[in-house]
Amino acid sequence: MIKLTPKLSQKLSYLILFLATVLVIMPIIVMIFIIVKNGISVINWEFLSSMPRNGMREGGILPAIVGTFAIVMCTTMLTLPTGVCAAIYLNEYARDNTLTRLIKLGIVNLAGVPSVVYGLFGFGIFVMFLKLGVSIIAGALTLSIMELPVIITTSRNALNSVPYSFREASWALGVSRWQTIRCIVLPNALSGIMTGAVLSIARISGETAPILFTAAAFYVPHLPHSIFDQVMTLPYHLYIISTQIPNMPSNVIFGTALVLLFMVLTMSFVAIFIRIYFRKHRKW
Amino acid sequence: MSKIEIKNFNLYYTNFHALKDININIEDRRITTIIGPSGCGKSTLLRSINRINDITEGVRTSGEINIYGENIYDNRTNVDTLRRNVGMVFQRPNPFPISIYENVAFGLRVNRISSNKNVINEIIEKSLKAVLLWDSIKDKLRKSALSLTLEEQQRLCIARVIAVAPHIILLDEPCSSLDPVAIRKIEELMIQLKDRYTIIIVTHNMQQAARVSNDTAFMLFGELIEFDRTEKIFTNPSKKETEDYVSGRFG
Ligand SMILES: Nc1ncnc2c1ncn2[C@@H]1O[C@H](COP(=O)(O)OP(=O)(O)O)[C@@H](O)[C@H]1O
Ligand SMILES: [Mg+2]
Repeated sequence: MIKLTPKLSQKLSYLILFLATVLVIMPIIVMIFIIVKNGISVINWEFLSSMPRNGMREGGILPAIVGTFAIVMCTTMLTLPTGVCAAIYLNEYARDNTLTRLIKLGIVNLAGVPSVVYGLFGFGIFVMFLKLGVSIIAGALTLSIMELPVIITTSRNALNSVPYSFREASWALGVSRWQTIRCIVLPNALSGIMTGAVLSIARISGETAPILFTAAAFYVPHLPHSIFDQVMTLPYHLYIISTQIPNMPSNVIFGTALVLLFMVLTMSFVAIFIRIYFRKHRKW
Repeated sequence: MSKIEIKNFNLYYTNFHALKDININIEDRRITTIIGPSGCGKSTLLRSINRINDITEGVRTSGEINIYGENIYDNRTNVDTLRRNVGMVFQRPNPFPISIYENVAFGLRVNRISSNKNVINEIIEKSLKAVLLWDSIKDKLRKSALSLTLEEQQRLCIARVIAVAPHIILLDEPCSSLDPVAIRKIEELMIQLKDRYTIIIVTHNMQQAARVSNDTAFMLFGELIEFDRTEKIFTNPSKKETEDYVSGRFG
């Protein structure tokens, strides 16, 4: 048995921690590298702005980009206002009783439900029962149910991080509870809420299972006309062309993956940027 | 008629009886201090006078607090109006993370006291003059309030309260995060403000109570032990507990 000097054991633990970090980020870097290397050759304006041709083996992926964009926008418009309102209620108004504790517990646990379960649930409720059909709106509603717990949780954390003393100072000036929320709490929680919102947008852009049965189509020869149309989406399109189309050129597959990856990573960077910007400008 | 009349007032935090049958009459345009060991209910009593305790979960009260003859615990009381009339300054200076100007303007704007820019500017100047801050900061009103020293921040918080024109100002250990020089300055300020406002200060600093106040209330374990002229409390109290406390034999 070798006796370690404190200095040596210090060095050794640094090394182990460093290796663990490398182990975690290596696959990501390798993955990004492979996707970029194999996909970059097909990326051009035509690929981004035209319809697929020749059984999706050629042409562009415009309808999938538009479809993903439409679903994400729709979902955000549904979840952000409701989620923030729910967070305000839970954080600022709800008394701490059994009911609210149950709701809070439920919200935390909903985040752990597998996404395919949401997909089947959305199919049953929105597509079949409410007869919305396979459509943008059915997909957006399904994704909303999945995203709401996340939005509520991040918004609550953002509201919670605003010091209680700001609220007290405002109440003590005769400002009502609602005006205090509007004029003091929300402005100071905005960056946290926005960061959470952008990250959740990034997350839902890549979700496949919840829209599999509720919104996504194998192939639609035109762009969507309304929220009741089915659409192609990037993740589902990627799945189709990787598994269902014989003789699919692999650079198109990697190119599609690259576009999706780029969208998601851009939004994550936006979120990081918002956070850094507000951190720097926040003084408390 | 005395301005604040507290009658058989009790307060419970869920099951904890924090204020026990308090009776006090506080008169107009005087400084009253509330002294007593930590945890005896000084803050709780103060926070009952503008009903900011209402927001705390599990708080129940009984009895009355009359301000100019009106029971503020009556159902018809508008708590927002009450809190505008009864301003409060907290232990730690708590300016909003916005400019000095906006801090003082906040109450005026949100309460729609005025939206006229000239009127607002005038009130801001008057309020900052009242706390003797105007001359040193009149050129940097647009700077963040958090760039001020703690003492200046506490003055700003007092100015912010004054701007919405209260009659009564409650201060909960307003000097506890300040250094001795700043403390003396804030005390002088309070003595100046006495001519215009009824002031109630919570402090655990007995020298401070003796220096600034006209009347002193001594509390112990949620009860009001004695309330009298400050000189009397400090020189010739009628209760044994008070004597023990002011002579330093207690807590
Ligand atoms: N929100 C609360 N919930 C339960 N008990 C409280 C709460 N606030 C204060 N108390 C209790 O009430 C008593 C009086 O508190 P406080 O008025 O803050 O005392 P002081 O200001 O004299 O130090 C203390 O015993 C304290 O523990
Ligand atoms: Mg206290």
